[in-house]
Amino acid sequence: MSVIPDGHDPFARDRGGPAQPLLSVSGLYKHFPVRKAGGKKQVVRAVDGVDFDVLKGETLGIVGESGCGKSTTAKLLMGLIERDAGGLLYDGQAVGERAMPWRSYRREVQMVFQDSYASLNPRMTVEQSIAFGPKVNGVPGREAVERARALLARVGLEPRRFAGRYPHEISGGQRQRVNIARALALEPRLVLLDEAVSALDKSVEAQVLNLLLDLKAEFGLTYIFISHDLNVVRFISDRVMVMYLGRVSEIGPSDAVLDAPAHPYTEALMASMPSLDPDNRTAVALLAGDPPNPIDPPSGCRFHPRCPLAEEVCGVTEPPLDGIRPLHRVACLARQPGSGHARAPNPALAA
Amino acid sequence: MTAPVTAASMALDGGLLTADDAAPEGAFVSSRGFWGHVGHRLVRDPVAMGAGAVILLVVIVAILAPWITPMDPYKGSMLRRLKHVGDATYWLGSDELGRDMISRLMLGARLSLFIGVTPVLIAFVIGSGIGVLAGYVGGWTNTILMRTIDVFFAFPSVLLAIALSGALGAGIFNSIVSLTFVFVPQIARVAESVTTGIRRRDYIDAAKLSGASALTIMRVQVLGNVVGPIFVYSTSLISVSMILASGLSFLGLGVRPPEPEWGLMLNTLRTAIYVNPVVAALPGVCIFVVSIAFNLFSDGLRAAMEIRQ
Amino acid sequence: MLLYILKRLVYVTPVAFGVSVVCFLLVHLAPGDPLSAVLPADATQATIDEMRAAYGFDKPLPVQYAIWLWHVLHGDLGISIATGRPVLGEVSRAVVNSLILASVATVIGFTFGTLFGFVAGYHRNSLADRAASALSVFGVSVPHYWLGMVLVIVFSATLGWLPPTGAGPDGSGNWRPDFDHLRYLILPAVTMSVIPMGIIARTVRALVADILSQDFVEALRAKGLDERGVFRHVVRNAAPTALAIMGLQLGYLLGGSILVETVFAWPGTGFLLNAAIFQRDLPLLQGSILVLAMFFVVLNLLVDVMQTALDPRIERA
Repeated sequence: MSVIPDGHDPFARDRGGPAQPLLSVSGLYKHFPVRKAGGKKQVVRAVDGVDFDVLKGETLGIVGESGCGKSTTAKLLMGLIERDAGGLLYDGQAVGERAMPWRSYRREVQMVFQDSYASLNPRMTVEQSIAFGPKVNGVPGREAVERARALLARVGLEPRRFAGRYPHEISGGQRQRVNIARALALEPRLVLLDEAVSALDKSVEAQVLNLLLDLKAEFGLTYIFISHDLNVVRFISDRVMVMYLGRVSEIGPSDAVLDAPAHPYTEALMASMPSLDPDNRTAVALLAGDPPNPIDPPSGCRFHPRCPLAEEVCGVTEPPLDGIRPLHRVACLARQPGSGHARAPNPALAA
Repeated sequence: MTAPVTAASMALDGGLLTADDAAPEGAFVSSRGFWGHVGHRLVRDPVAMGAGAVILLVVIVAILAPWITPMDPYKGSMLRRLKHVGDATYWLGSDELGRDMISRLMLGARLSLFIGVTPVLIAFVIGSGIGVLAGYVGGWTNTILMRTIDVFFAFPSVLLAIALSGALGAGIFNSIVSLTFVFVPQIARVAESVTTGIRRRDYIDAAKLSGASALTIMRVQVLGNVVGPIFVYSTSLISVSMILASGLSFLGLGVRPPEPEWGLMLNTLRTAIYVNPVVAALPGVCIFVVSIAFNLFSDGLRAAMEIRQ
Repeated sequence: MLLYILKRLVYVTPVAFGVSVVCFLLVHLAPGDPLSAVLPADATQATIDEMRAAYGFDKPLPVQYAIWLWHVLHGDLGISIATGRPVLGEVSRAVVNSLILASVATVIGFTFGTLFGFVAGYHRNSLADRAASALSVFGVSVPHYWLGMVLVIVFSATLGWLPPTGAGPDGSGNWRPDFDHLRYLILPAVTMSVIPMGIIARTVRALVADILSQDFVEALRAKGLDERGVFRHVVRNAAPTALAIMGLQLGYLLGGSILVETVFAWPGTGFLLNAAIFQRDLPLLQGSILVLAMFFVVLNLLVDVMQTALDPRIERA
C-alpha cells in the first residue's frame, strides 16, 4: 500500500522475474588521467575491472577504504561520469541503448549523496527540491507538490512544518530525510546510497537506517549501500561486496563475508575494528606495508605487499573473482583450488 | 518496525524547534527566502537606505522632468547669460546661453541616468548569459568564450569606450553600444567564475539525475544561485558607467547639443569657469552625488548578501 | 620560474593578436569614408581612387590587416593623415608625457592610499577608519574630469597659484623635469591620483584587516614580538597584492588618461587620441590605441609575474 498519490506499483514494471538481476555490471573500467609536471602521462586506476550483480529486492553493501573506488563506481552506475569500458544491464536491458536510454534509466535508479547540505539547492525550499524531479518529467506542478508533501510525511517530516523551509534551516538528519524523499519522488526501483548516513550522529543514523528499511519493505525497493562503516553495512545489507584498489576482492552474503571472511583483506578490516571489550584488544596490526597507490598498483594481486599470506605466485598472477561456495566469490589465490598457492585447497576435495 | 514520528524523535534529530515552529492549524510555515532576508537586512542599513532615497529622488525627478521644470530648458537669452547662483529668477544660475540651470539639470538627469544605467542593464543580461553558459558547460566552449572576453579585458575600460565611441561616432545609441561592450566582459567574467564554483556541487548532480535538460537545470537550479552576486557586481558598475557616459558627452562623443546632459553641460560651461565657476561646476556635482549614491547602495547590498545565515 | 614566464608569454600571444585585430577593425567600423578628412569635397573620382590605392584601402580587409600587421611589426605605424608625420614618432612623444603623468599620479595615489588603508585596517571602526572609508568611496565615485575642473577653478581661476593648462610655460610641448615645468604637473597629477587612491585605500584596508585577524599574528604577539615586528610581517603579507593593484592602476591611468588630459591640455596620448578622433585621422587613431593597449597587456604580464615571484603561495607549475 503506497502513500504516494498515484499509487504506482513498482512490481508492475518488473520484466525478468526474480531470477534476473536488477542490475548487472560487467568489466567496469574508469581511469582518470593525471598530469604531472614532468610530462609523463599517468592514470589513476579508480575502477579497474569490476563485475557484480544486484539481485531484486536485496540490499547490497559495498565496503572498502578511501581510494578503493566505491564512490567512483557509484557515479559510474548513475551515469554522472562516463565509463571507459564495461557493460551495464538494467533488468536485462543495456543501459544507454535504444531500449533503455539514460532518461528512462534515471526514472528507475536514484541516488542519495553523502553531504546532506551540498546535495540540496540552498535557494530552493524543501518541497521545491523534491518536486523538481517529477515536474521535469511531466508531472503537473500541483500534483508534484502534493507528491512532495506526501513523501515528506512518509519520511517522518511533518509537511506543514517542513515543506516551506530552506536547507540551512533544518538539521543534518532532517536534510538526509529530505534527500531520501527526493530520491523516491521519481518512484525508482533501485536506490544507491553513497555514504548516506556517514555524516550523521549515531542516534540519528539509527533512525535513518530504520526508515530506509521501512521504505524498502513498503515500496519494494532494492538498495546499493556504500559505506566504510562495517557495523552499519552488517545491519542493513543482505550481501556485501568488498573493494580494494579498484577491484572486487570479495562478494557474498553478509554473515558469510563479515563473520567468516575468505579474503585476507576482509579479515584484516574486520579485525581492525576497535572493540569495546577490554579482553579483546587489538594487539597486532594486521595491515602492514604502504597504503595503496591507485596510480601504480602492485603487480599480480593488488593486496600482496600487505598480505600475511602472500607468496611469490601472488605477485605474478592476478587472482580472478571465483566462487568458493555458492554465492560467495573471492579474488584470492590462497582460496582457489589449483592456483599454485601453498594454502590453496585441493581441487579434488573442492569439487 | 516503523520509526514513530514523535516530538521526541524530532528533538533527537537536533531539529530547530523554535517558538515560531508551532504553526497554526492548517497553515504551512513559509520562510523568508534568500531575497527576503537580503531585503530585511538592507532596510536596517541607514547608509544604504539614505543612498537609495537619493537615487529614488533623482529617478522621480528624471521621469517627471518634462512637466516639473520651472522654465523651458531649451530657451535661452543672451542677455541673461551666466547668472550666478542665488539670482532672483534663476535660482541656480543660468548657463552660457542664458538657459535656466535648474531646468536643464532636471532634464539632464533623464539622459545622464539613461545612458548610465542602460549599458549596465544590457551588459547584465548578455554578460550573465555568456558567463553562466561558459561556466556551466565548461570545456572548449568555456575556453573559447573566455579567451575572447580576455581580448577585451586587454583594453582599459576608458580607452575601449572612447575608441569604440570614436569609431562609431557621436550619439546616444553609439555611446550605449560602446559602454555595453566595455561592461559585458567584466560581468561575464564574474558570472563564469560564480557558475564554475557551483557546477560541481552535489545538488547539480542530483538535478542531472532527475533527467532534466542542461537548459532546465541552468534556468531552475543554477540561475537562482548565481544571479545574486552577479547583480551586486553589476550595481557597483553603474556609478562607473555614469561617469564614463557623461565623460563621453564631455568629450563631444555622446549626447549632442542642445540636449541637456550633465557631462555635455560640463563641457559647454568650461569656458565660463573664470566668469562663473560655481555654475560651471554644478553639473559635475550632480554626477558626483548620483555616483556616490549608487556606490553606497551597492556596498550596502553586498553587505546584506554577505552574512551567512 | 622561467617556465612560468614562458607559459604566460605563450598565453599572452593570442591575446595580443586579438588586440591587434580589434584595433585594426575599430577604425573600419567608422561610418563614412576614411579619406573624407584628407580630400577636398570636390575631388574627382580619379583622385579619390588614386588616394585610396596609395593608402591601400582598395584591397580586401584581411589583406589590409596583414599588410598593416607587417608594417607594425617592423615599427612602422603609418603616416598621420592630419600632420603628415610618422605616427610612431607622434605617439612616442605623447606616451612619454602620459607616462610621466600616470607614474606621478600612481605614486601619489599609492602613497596616500596605502597610508589611509593601513590606518583604517589597523583601527577598524574607529573615526580614522570611517574617514578613510569615506575618502575611498569619494575617490571611486568622483568624476575625475570634473574634479580637474574644480581644482582649476580653485587653484587657477580663483587663487592663481597654479597654471590651468599645458605642460610647460611655452605652451603644450614636452615636459621637462625642471622647476618651471613642475608647477604644470601638480594639478593634473593630483586629479588623476584620486581614483587609484580610493581603490588602493579600500583594497589595503581589507587586506590589512584580514591579515591582522589571522591566527599567526596573534601567535607572533604571544611570542613577544613588538608592534614594529608585527608591522613588518603585515607589510610582507600585504605587499604582493598591493603592488599588483598598483601596477594595474598604472595601466588604467595610462590608458584612461584622455579625459584628464583634455581638461588640462596635457600633451599625452589621451590628448592625441582626442585629436585623432575629431580629425578622423585613422592611422594616428589606430597607432595610438594599439600602443596603449599593448602597454597595458605588457604591464599586466609584468604584474602577473611579479605577483607570482613575490607570493610564495601561488603555484608556479
